[in-house]
Amino acid sequence: MKNKFLPLSIIFIFVIFFIIFYKGLQYTNIYTPEIKTNNKIPLFSADLFYSNKVVNSSELFKLDKFYLLNIWSSWCVPCRKEHSLLMHLGKSNKIDIIGINYKDTKVNAEIFLDELGNPYKKIIFDQEGINAIEWGAYGVPESYLIHNGIIIRKYTGPLNKKLINEIKLLIK
Amino acid sequence: MKVLKLFFIIFFIFSFNQLRANNDDMKSKITKNLRCLVCQGQSINDSDSEFANSIKVLVEKKLNEGFSEKQIYEYFKDKYGEWILYDPELNKNTYILWLLPILIFLIGGAIIFKSFIIMKK
Repeated sequence: MKNKFLPLSIIFIFVIFFIIFYKGLQYTNIYTPEIKTNNKIPLFSADLFYSNKVVNSSELFKLDKFYLLNIWSSWCVPCRKEHSLLMHLGKSNKIDIIGINYKDTKVNAEIFLDELGNPYKKIIFDQEGINAIEWGAYGVPESYLIHNGIIIRKYTGPLNKKLINEIKLLIK
Repeated sequence: MKVLKLFFIIFFIFSFNQLRANNDDMKSKITKNLRCLVCQGQSINDSDSEFANSIKVLVEKKLNEGFSEKQIYEYFKDKYGEWILYDPELNKNTYILWLLPILIFLIGGAIIFKSFIIMKK
């Protein structure tokens, strides 16, 4: 009785382990935080890039207007790619683009803007990366579409033509 | 007398050290409980990524503002979801995680108890 029970239970345990590991192989373990939209914008105060003034979130984001908040940095390669699209979008008078300059030096950021143009109405200078975290970002670039003080869309990673068209449709 | 003075000086230095350590202890306790999202498998405390360093600065800022440990966890949970905490709460997704050890403990206890009865016989 005992001799039969032992090998059977060992096989049973191995089968369970096999199933668990086999199933586990199919899933990636990389977690990306779920994109929460229709949330209010966070309350924060930040330094401005050009004037060194401290502003509050309520001064930056007025109601009844569309804003695109774009987190960028001069050392971020995908930001370079999406920049021409932002320049294009910035020409529209229906939307204001606000930049968060993430963990950058002023000199490098200015060179970046001189080279590629400045689509931003205002730039927040976020040297410690705190403002980006207040927005719930975990990398660069990230963009948020804001209307009436509410985040309607969140885009992680660089924007592309398709997303720009989506934004254009939304702000019509 | 000199010895007494020296003793007091050393005592003061040590007590200041302890004061400093308390705030740092809290900070490292919190950052050890937060998961780094860009370098998964590491805690914020262990990681040296841009994301982790920003969170460390923010935790310190929040502590100085008078936030409690729990409030800081809530703050980050609100921003990034529950996954950022290493200590998961009991809900419908995690109840197996919480109940399984208790269940195993009870079953193991029952097996030991049963074998004791057999041994007594």
